[in-house]
Amino acid sequence: MTMAEGGPLLAIEDLHVTFSTRRGLVEAVRGVSFSVAAGETLGVVGESGSGKSVTAFAVTRLLDASGRVSQGRIRFGGEDITKASSKQLRALHGAAISMIFQNPRGALNPIRTVGQQIADALSAHERISAGEGRARALDLLKAVLIRDPEQRLDAYPHELSGGMCQRVMIAMAIACAPKLLIADEPTTGLDVTTQKTVMDLLSKITAERGMAMILITHDLGLASRYCQRVCVMEQGKVVEEAQPLSLFSAPQHAYTRRLVAASPTATSTIADLAPETLSPHPEEAASAAVSKDAPAISESPGASFETRSSIAPQDEGSGETEKRKRPSGTPLLLEVQNLVKRYDRGVVAVNDVSFLIRAGESLGLVGESGSGKSTISRLVCRLIDASEGEILFDGQAIGTLPARDFHRSPLRKDIQIVFQDPTDSLNPRFNAFDCIAHPLRRLLGMKDGAALTARVSECAERAGLPSGLLERFPHQLSGGQKARVGIARAIACRPRLLILDEPTAALDVSVQAVILQLLDRLRREDDLALLFVSHDLNVVRMMCERTVVMQNGAIVEQGESLALFGAPQTDYARTLLEAVLHLGGPTAR
Amino acid sequence: MSQLSTTAKRAGWRFASSLPALFGVLVFTFLLMRVLPGDPAVFFASGPSAGKEEIEMIRQQMGLDKPVPEQLVRYLGDIGSGNLGRSLTTGQPVLADLKSRLPASLELTFMALLIALLTAIPLGVAAALRQGSWIDHVVRFICALGVCVPTFVSGLLLIYAFYYLLGIAPDPTGRVDIFTSQPPLVTGFLLIDFAVAGDWEGWRAAASQLVLPAFTMALFVVAPLARITRAAMLASLGSDFVRTARSLGLPPRKVIVTYALRNALLPVLTIAGIVFSTMLGANVLVEKVFSWPGVASYALDALLASDYAPVQGFVLLMASIFVVVNLTVDVLYGIADPRVSVE
Repeated sequence: MTMAEGGPLLAIEDLHVTFSTRRGLVEAVRGVSFSVAAGETLGVVGESGSGKSVTAFAVTRLLDASGRVSQGRIRFGGEDITKASSKQLRALHGAAISMIFQNPRGALNPIRTVGQQIADALSAHERISAGEGRARALDLLKAVLIRDPEQRLDAYPHELSGGMCQRVMIAMAIACAPKLLIADEPTTGLDVTTQKTVMDLLSKITAERGMAMILITHDLGLASRYCQRVCVMEQGKVVEEAQPLSLFSAPQHAYTRRLVAASPTATSTIADLAPETLSPHPEEAASAAVSKDAPAISESPGASFETRSSIAPQDEGSGETEKRKRPSGTPLLLEVQNLVKRYDRGVVAVNDVSFLIRAGESLGLVGESGSGKSTISRLVCRLIDASEGEILFDGQAIGTLPARDFHRSPLRKDIQIVFQDPTDSLNPRFNAFDCIAHPLRRLLGMKDGAALTARVSECAERAGLPSGLLERFPHQLSGGQKARVGIARAIACRPRLLILDEPTAALDVSVQAVILQLLDRLRREDDLALLFVSHDLNVVRMMCERTVVMQNGAIVEQGESLALFGAPQTDYARTLLEAVLHLGGPTAR
Repeated sequence: MSQLSTTAKRAGWRFASSLPALFGVLVFTFLLMRVLPGDPAVFFASGPSAGKEEIEMIRQQMGLDKPVPEQLVRYLGDIGSGNLGRSLTTGQPVLADLKSRLPASLELTFMALLIALLTAIPLGVAAALRQGSWIDHVVRFICALGVCVPTFVSGLLLIYAFYYLLGIAPDPTGRVDIFTSQPPLVTGFLLIDFAVAGDWEGWRAAASQLVLPAFTMALFVVAPLARITRAAMLASLGSDFVRTARSLGLPPRKVIVTYALRNALLPVLTIAGIVFSTMLGANVLVEKVFSWPGVASYALDALLASDYAPVQGFVLLMASIFVVVNLTVDVLYGIADPRVSVE
């Protein structure tokens, strides 16, 4: 491959990608153009459905069978590779362009050792002996800074953590010294500290080896920290391209401005994220009216953005959380004392945890995966039984009642939960109406009729779910709409304590912004207490008056959110906070 | 090493946990035999003219006059000491009968399973690789045919075509033709015994006898195996790790065989275990059509003659084989999939 001197390494010109679906052709990428110079790191940011991953898969020609490049050119080193034969492509893959994927554990072959897989990557482009392959695989594992590389060679992916799997994936991707590395959401789903180490490693390796990188991400903070240039994509088009500093400090395009606003930062408040629109969004309402079977792709408060500046700071918005300091006389709602949860073989998921929640208060629970925060949420919600310790709700000990009988307790309706995965937590055979009506029927004994219908509609309306969507089944709803159904279901019985287990982890930032505002509003209207479990520290800081930091099943620090985030007392909390990425990148701070 | 020990531990645990089920099968069949119509004492009396006293005497000999619980206890005691009773039709101990007949059934079933796997896996892979193409449709047609034609029909059709019309298959009766002398007994598997004895003439004779019944049985189980191979292959071809392998430029053969197929074989292994157990019990029709001296036809004959002991022995044998097969599949699965041994 001859490299045009001085020309860009990769140039995409007017790329169109179409997918043939049951509803006809769908154009996922609609005229994208950008280029990457050798050694440069380009960020491509956008929300789900923006076409950023499809663009990447078009470059590597790994699109699903139903997708194809319908128009445009992709020049790599000056040559158009959209017409390349599968043999030419195979020579390019891994040796010239390689890819790193989201969900690193799934991206590795589960029944092949890590060493074998790296050797496979090497032998795809070179003739090497088995011993040589093993030796070079070891070198690569050392290059990606894996601990105990000799032992890891014979490990299977399931024996490694997510972060380590991603390191192995990086080792495979750089094995044959490609010139371009495409990283598709490489750290989504990883803990914030792991994200930092993986991204630092990626930028170190690309810098050392003079590799260009395309970083595809939904996280503006990530793009601003690690990229030299950023493209913003929306609905299959690049809407803005600039250096991170100017892009995030002075976004030009309306969509970028909304995206920047919706991304939680170190100082933003709930009201800053997006203009609070009461109930249905223009686009959600529109999608409800138009296509009944098409899940809405975009969820963005779209048109409403233009009016944002005129709405400006809302009276009940900014600083609301801080204003409402609980007077010390507020009755205790939940008291958790020395809670312990042990699993078989001596695994202690929760170790001697105590905390309080006052009526109407919101408590954040943060920590990395495996810290026990989800176990606590399930314990408090009485979905599982504690091994030791007391849970007092409103002065009554609820820990003594077995979890399997708790649904008969009159307190069941007072403690409700919103789960992390908006899709899996809804019964696929129930439409939205039945999902919301289910707790009303079961816990309040309401019978079908006008009263039930009215109550469900009221809940849906409060959760911002248009009444037109109540007949739809979960697969016909978008992610944000499903999250609203989950919230409407949880508030249907008017609980006093709402447990939120990573309620926005699966959502786009703009949708997250709207859902967070919704939750904050519901809390104020109902004087609802929240137990907010999240790995996103910025979100917790905005949503919660007090925060509990957990590590390995134990509480390492707890206190007022403002104080804790301003001046963390423990090393662990400090490490967590330092790993949080902020818009504008290091130069902006 | 640790993987070996965990696999062994798991296998031991599985075996121990299947013992109660085996016991249950034992008791159940015992009771079932007692409520079935037909009085064996009458059946085995010397003739229709046999008097009441004679029948009563036979009944006493067989222990049928004792209360049922006592019969059960005696039965369990006998089984514990390896005595499965005596078949009234053959006059031999049931254990000896089963021992001499089981290899015939096993040899047939193993061969059929081998043929089925060798046919079904390539078919399933081809169908998955060319999903929606004519190959996919042809495979689907073959599977449908295999399922919808009963084994005795397909067996008779094969005999008609290859023995009667073409004359290339030998006389479809038994394991070897009458002109071939039996090899010295080593394993009971004729193909192995002939090979051990170095009698290749005899080996060919036994193999040619085996081909038609084995194909008949294989035809019946190709469908589930091919369908599961296709489905598993589609899933692993669409998986993230195959995409990774493609993104690294691995040769197509390696992607398909090492990455996709090896992962897809895991569910096939499970199904193959189930299919094997089913075949062993359900091949009575094939054994009948080809006069194959196997355990299933033996049990059927005994059942028709109200001969309890062989039927009980057969059911117990099947249950034990089921346990062993499950155990084997479990161990193989543990070796093939490193994730299982962790749990």
